Amino acid sequence: MEEPLEMPPGEESKPCSLSEELATDPSLQVEISDAVSERDKVKFTVQTKSSLPHFTRPALSVVRQHEDFVWLHDTFSENDEYAGIIIPPAPPRPDFEASREKLQRLGEGNSTLTREEFAKMKQELEGEYLAIFKKTVAMHEVFLQRLAAHPVLRRDHNFYVFLEYDQDLSVRGKNRKELLGGFFRNIVKSADEALITGVSGLKEVDEFFEHERTFLLEYHARVRDTCLKADRVMRSHKSLAEDYIPISVALGSLGTQEVRQLQTSFLKLAELFERLRKLEGRVASDEDLKLSDLLKYYMRDSQAAKDLLYRRLRALADYENANKALDRARMRNKEVKPAEAHQQLCCQRFEQLSASAKQELTDFKSRRISAFRKNLIELAELELKHAKASSLLLRNTLIVLKGDA
Amino acid sequence: MAAEREPPPLGEARQPELEELEDGEDLFTSTVSTLESSPSSPEPASLPTEDISTNSNGPKTAEIILDDDREDLFAATEEVSLDSPEREPILSPDPTPAITPVTPTTLVTPRMESKSITAPVIFDRSREEIEEEANGDVFDIEINVSDPEKVGDGMNAYMAYRVTTKTSLSMFHKNEFSVKRRFSDFLGLHSKLATKYLHVGYIVPPAPEKSIVGMTKVKVGKEDSSSTEFVEKRRAALERYLQRTVKHPTLLQDPDLRQFLESSELPRAVNTQALSGAGILRMVNKAADAVNKMTIKMNESDAWFEEKQQQFENLDQQLRKLHASVEALVCHRKELSANTAAFAKSAAMLGNSEDHTALSRALSQLAEVEEKIDQLHQEQAFADFYVFSELLGDYIRLIAAVKGVLDHRMKCWQKWQDAQVTLQKKREAEAKLQLANKPDKLQQAKDEIKEWETKVQQGERDFEQISKTIRKEVGRFEKERVKDFKTVIIKYLESLVQTQQQLIKYWEAFLPEAKAIA
Repeated sequence: MEEPLEMPPGEESKPCSLSEELATDPSLQVEISDAVSERDKVKFTVQTKSSLPHFTRPALSVVRQHEDFVWLHDTFSENDEYAGIIIPPAPPRPDFEASREKLQRLGEGNSTLTREEFAKMKQELEGEYLAIFKKTVAMHEVFLQRLAAHPVLRRDHNFYVFLEYDQDLSVRGKNRKELLGGFFRNIVKSADEALITGVSGLKEVDEFFEHERTFLLEYHARVRDTCLKADRVMRSHKSLAEDYIPISVALGSLGTQEVRQLQTSFLKLAELFERLRKLEGRVASDEDLKLSDLLKYYMRDSQAAKDLLYRRLRALADYENANKALDRARMRNKEVKPAEAHQQLCCQRFEQLSASAKQELTDFKSRRISAFRKNLIELAELELKHAKASSLLLRNTLIVLKGDA
Repeated sequence: MAAEREPPPLGEARQPELEELEDGEDLFTSTVSTLESSPSSPEPASLPTEDISTNSNGPKTAEIILDDDREDLFAATEEVSLDSPEREPILSPDPTPAITPVTPTTLVTPRMESKSITAPVIFDRSREEIEEEANGDVFDIEINVSDPEKVGDGMNAYMAYRVTTKTSLSMFHKNEFSVKRRFSDFLGLHSKLATKYLHVGYIVPPAPEKSIVGMTKVKVGKEDSSSTEFVEKRRAALERYLQRTVKHPTLLQDPDLRQFLESSELPRAVNTQALSGAGILRMVNKAADAVNKMTIKMNESDAWFEEKQQQFENLDQQLRKLHASVEALVCHRKELSANTAAFAKSAAMLGNSEDHTALSRALSQLAEVEEKIDQLHQEQAFADFYVFSELLGDYIRLIAAVKGVLDHRMKCWQKWQDAQVTLQKKREAEAKLQLANKPDKLQQAKDEIKEWETKVQQGERDFEQISKTIRKEVGRFEKERVKDFKTVIIKYLESLVQTQQQLIKYWEAFLPEAKAIA
């Protein structure tokens, strides 16, 4: 399916409140101005405007694919220099599978649908496809914008390459070995974490981090669960909206065939259900944007924060081990100097990491609070708007029907 | 309007009456319908007055079906004067004319006088009854089915329902009374009414359907929500069934119905059991009927009936489609409710784990809002079902009854035709005997001819009678249907409005909480 879709700047469907602030920083502005959906791929047009010296031109435009974003994310997360930073989570893979399947099934000529029903379902599904498309663009954009806003990450070399290199990055997706490797690394990571904290008896001296760790562990699990449940609610709303289609059509045909006395009633009802369908659909998509997406984002972001904590813990363990090694060296009075140097290094690294992590985690909290605030307010306002519209529509219809009696 | 309908004194004008009757028009129509057809009446079916006058020219299109119920006013007199002897065995052995017009409460006195003026003395009796109704005994009967109670244990257990009647009609002994009935009692009642009235053209409301699965669950004692739902669904269906039955003016007069509503003890209706001998016989008969229907090719001389047949066929199809869609809606709304409840719980836990106080509180509030919304969804699903979906289901079954009645008419026609054929054969036989000169057999042949001539006449009368009754019935049915649908649609929309208003309240209460996050 080839369709270029225009992305107006300043799209409302951004999952995180940060996007607006990010977009207004003049020294480095990044946005996805356009996107094209082809067969299996989505091609994003990334536009950069910058007053920073290391860019060759003040305005740049390149075309990137999803794999390029993932590559960029991985270079950050695998870079030890950024160990003390919460790496912005990579955007999820564009997934039009479900939507495409539905459209295909519809097109396969389901004979139980009337022409009218078919047209409406198609409209509904196309809308869904478009919504998914907009969302995926927004998520890719937010990822870049967070990088651009971060004082340290924005200076990364790979980031420049990503924004400026006007050829294809030719980033191949991870092959199976690498994927498997990544998978194992995660397992090792959790095992490691358990080991560090449990077996070695590593004590967390800093209350702040102790609190953060307990908090994040539970929070992440909860957010993930709530996100799942929110998704289900949203999908139920969609089913409901879709149900209104055959009802409206059936009422319409009853209306044209019925006795005079009932015609108005049925035709009005048919119209009503058609409008209710649209309203219900909007409720579903707003809940998706303001609630589901928010929760999804913070599920990923809290995971990134957890990763940070793990790295710090690892650094602490290294520091502890270096201490022990130094003690042993001193006792045996052999190779004390290198042990000392090593211990110093570990200490420094740990302290840097801790300081950076503290800042990052505080930022994370304020980011989270402001995002939730914004989205919950917008959610409530939109729900109110739709409920009022529905109520008005229903009351008007009632007036007509009661008058017709 | 009254003037147009002035019936001549019965004695002289037999001919014109019969002519009009042959047209399928009922001269003797009720005040009910005339009142209703007046533009000033509050009745929703706004029949323009001209329809009535044009109607006397013969059967018309569907638009004017409601005109057909200008009947019943003189129905009583019909009994007395127009006498259709075949009526008596069908109806109850009541000495008084069984068919007394039942007037809806809104339509009363103003027209009465003019009617009685034009109606000559012969119709005195009906006038008395009409006045009686107008003054106090208007169609006033309210039925409630409540308090389902499980009686007994194990597979012999059953649910007993309380049937409460409130009425001011004089035919009942008291103004308010209640009895306990079980489901098979209802089926028994319907069976009796159907036997008496269906084959002469009355649309007897069908009883709620049996459900072996549903009842077994209840018997076995499953105390879960699906059994309570089942019982409630059945209770509501039984209530609607009785309400429809008593609304029918003819059925209301039936002693079996009265006995059902009034007497404390009712003989057990065993023939209604699905697997009983009678049940199996019914199934066999139904199958036979279906085969017969296919083989009867009736020469429809009356376009009205052909139209009606088509109309009800279409309506049936449309309603089935709509019903299926509404059932899907009910199902998904229930799902939405369950998912909302799960989300609410999850959001509450998230709020608990959130360490920022204001956000934590806001999330807890969100959870509460969602819980309330879940309740709303449940109630709405309830309304979706009981108000909208069940109405559609009822009418699908009612239309099946209408189609049944139309089929009976076809069978009646067939019987008449068969009698004519037999008569012809008898005549031919007699002619042969005449030639063969066998005096004793000849007499027998002549007797048989007489017998079959009577049968042919009877057949013709029956056919005309059933056609007349059906026209009346269909008119009444359509009127009821329009009223029913309009009422239900409004009720359903009101439930939707209610839900939205509540949603507004909840979100308005939540908004400041969200804004308070600092």
